[in-house]
Amino acid sequence: MTNTSAQEIAAAESGNREFLVFSLGDEEYAIDILKVQEIRGYDNVTRIANAPDFIKGVANLRGVIVPIVDLRIKFRLSSAEYDAQTVVIVVNIAERVVGMVVDRVSDVMTLSGEQIKAAPEFGVGLPLAYIEGLGNLGERMLVLVDIEKLLTSEEMALVDKAEENQQ
Amino acid sequence: MDITEFYDTFFEEAGELLAEMETHLLELDVDAPDPEQLNAIFRAAHSIKGGAGTFGFEALQRTTHLLENLLDYTRRGELALRRDIVDTFLEAKDMLNDQLEAYRSGSEPDPEALERICQTLQQLALEEIGEVADVNGAAPKPAAVEAVPKPAAGEAGQPQSDGAGGGYRVVFLNVAEKDRQLLIEELGNLGDIKGQSGGAERYEVTLSTSLSADDIEAVMCFIAEPEQLEISPLAQAGAAADTGNAGQATAGTAEEKSSEKVEEKKAASPKTSKPGRSAAAKGAGGGESTSIRVPVTKVDQIINLVGELIITQSMLNQVASEAGDQVHGKLEHGLNLLARTARDLQEAVMSVRMVPMDYVFSRFPRLVRDLAGKLDKEVELVTEGRSTELDKGLTERIIDPLTHLVRNSLDHGIESPERREAAGKPRCGRLTLSATHQGGNILIEVSDDGAGLNRDKILAKARSNGLPVTDNMPDDEVWQLIFAPGFSTAEEVSDVSGRGVGMDVVKRNIQSMGGHVDILSQPGQGTTIRIVLPLTLAILDGMLIRVGDETFILPISGVIESLQPQKEDLYPRTGGDLLLKVREDYLPVVAVHRVMDVRGAVEDPTAAIAVIVQGKGRRYALQVDELVGQQQVVVKNLETNYRRVPGVSAATILGDGSVALILDIADLHRLSQSIKENPIFGAHEAARSRQEAETV
Repeated sequence: MTNTSAQEIAAAESGNREFLVFSLGDEEYAIDILKVQEIRGYDNVTRIANAPDFIKGVANLRGVIVPIVDLRIKFRLSSAEYDAQTVVIVVNIAERVVGMVVDRVSDVMTLSGEQIKAAPEFGVGLPLAYIEGLGNLGERMLVLVDIEKLLTSEEMALVDKAEENQQ
Repeated sequence: MDITEFYDTFFEEAGELLAEMETHLLELDVDAPDPEQLNAIFRAAHSIKGGAGTFGFEALQRTTHLLENLLDYTRRGELALRRDIVDTFLEAKDMLNDQLEAYRSGSEPDPEALERICQTLQQLALEEIGEVADVNGAAPKPAAVEAVPKPAAGEAGQPQSDGAGGGYRVVFLNVAEKDRQLLIEELGNLGDIKGQSGGAERYEVTLSTSLSADDIEAVMCFIAEPEQLEISPLAQAGAAADTGNAGQATAGTAEEKSSEKVEEKKAASPKTSKPGRSAAAKGAGGGESTSIRVPVTKVDQIINLVGELIITQSMLNQVASEAGDQVHGKLEHGLNLLARTARDLQEAVMSVRMVPMDYVFSRFPRLVRDLAGKLDKEVELVTEGRSTELDKGLTERIIDPLTHLVRNSLDHGIESPERREAAGKPRCGRLTLSATHQGGNILIEVSDDGAGLNRDKILAKARSNGLPVTDNMPDDEVWQLIFAPGFSTAEEVSDVSGRGVGMDVVKRNIQSMGGHVDILSQPGQGTTIRIVLPLTLAILDGMLIRVGDETFILPISGVIESLQPQKEDLYPRTGGDLLLKVREDYLPVVAVHRVMDVRGAVEDPTAAIAVIVQGKGRRYALQVDELVGQQQVVVKNLETNYRRVPGVSAATILGDGSVALILDIADLHRLSQSIKENPIFGAHEAARSRQEAETV
């Protein structure tokens, strides 16, 4: 986890990076595969009182208590339904483990440097600040998400702000 | 074990306190400062001063003392805050940081900077209050090096030879006659004195004992300076000369680098000693071969995994019991075996986290000695139950409260020798620290044979502080008054105690560890303060409750009783409050489903269960749907991957693998208050409950 930056640099030098592709509603998104710990089903989530609606609660991941967020609710991307296909991508960010609910995980893609384009100023569901770029795959377009920035952001309310810790 | 082992802890704590102080200072509204914040800043300074005093960090103590004086004036409203005063405070805080860093790296802080900041603070005191701050408040203390009771290499050669001869040659260099007698007397208590000879310059004692050199030295260093002692095993008289020389050689450098000495001491020999962390087992006496030092994180990881194992095991059991008769006999037998082994394993692993109370108690001889000297009192410290074990995490947190209590006992409890004689007591007062196990709790007592608490004085002070008291209150309740914030019956503020911080902090700290404090006091015979703590925070006795279709856990330690409320005992109040009459008391009812926002719960209190709980000294009733049962649960931190959740202290994993939240009894009440501040209750109601929240 801590050496991801080194790996990223190495990957950037070779020009190829691997991404996990998943979908939220009709859009296809992708995150750096190095941040992904595992993929699991959605079950046994304990609700947390007085938390924002997109925080579904916490789940037990082999003894580790992991918060589960639903990006579909947070960014109003699709109706949040939970069925056999609903999956949780468990990611490792900033020394934390977080699960995020997505509609479907499709595949793992390797993108070269030329295939990654800067994100234009248009609505793709997620705020622009959390988008690294767009992946061009012929007729398919992937929105590359900076998952670390997104999940540690204040609006996700997953991390205590420093001053709250003081009290 | 010696005091330098705790330097790291102190540096860490002090660092945190300074950071906290800064945050509060920065947030402080100069025109209308929040009293709670002023108190917090003051407490931080006070705590650092206390620690600095214990460890003999003179510059740090002197600066904090001056700062604390000023803060005390601000706290009492006698010094109006201005921007530039806050700036000066911040400057002082930065200076404290520098001093701390200096001590941490093993050097003395810059004396010029120290003079400068002391001048600034004194100047401020002079201008604003018109009095000269007590420059000498922090009486000159022996320099930090003295806290290191031995030349590093003197001991370093010993671990191999400890078992060999079973005896030592103890040499006193330039020890005064009076002290020498004391030393010999002490040695006599430690083993058999085989022979003694010599003069004032060099006096040799041959001692036969099963104790290690470390132990002998630990006793000796209360009387003599480490440089005055040479302890060498008898079997290796030749080698002793070498180590002695090495000791001399390193003593010079080691004195400047006290923090490194700790490390050196742990190294196996002078040659391998190096600054930085040494992996060698701590303590001499052949400890290397029988113990290993492991980072706490590794132990916690094992505890985590064992917790998982237990959960898996209970899942298997559940499956087996559901399958009923179809379960094969052998499988059932295997499951039973697994259950037993898993529990044993859990117990064994938990015991790894346990450390003896010696870790805590060994801090006090120095403190008591210094304090007694400062106060001109004669005090003998007795410790009992040093081997009683307590969770490592708790031992660290109990040190501060105990330090406060010991200081209080010495300052207020034990009388001066003259007064003791007049009362027909021995001149030398006796302070006892003891620890014993009692069920799943540890009982720690600080008792003195001093004057006891003064009932009339406490009552008078309580009255002048505006606390509700009556003359015929039972003793217990009177004693509890001293835990009120800002309470001190000391006539004058001293360097030691008497500012009225402390006892409230002591109580709060202990409650936050899930424990409580009792006081027993007899006029003229002394005071005993009894702290009851759970043995560990990693496992908790929980009561499972159901609300709607959610399961929560209440710590049993906070539960007093449960009952089904009757209609005639319920008193609804305007604004949605509900009171429940339990015998003579009217307790507010907090409905868990409302605070934790659970749907589908039982709304009618008479159809629900009321669990009477106590948190932060306040009793109230929790309305729940059903009591499910009692169970030991493994406590899991929610903040590792998520954040603090109001009303919840931690989480755990139930037998079915799902997560259940452990409710924070003290915080639930606060939460229910703040939920009531919701605008639908109107501005009046909001103001009222806010007011109530403030008086909590």
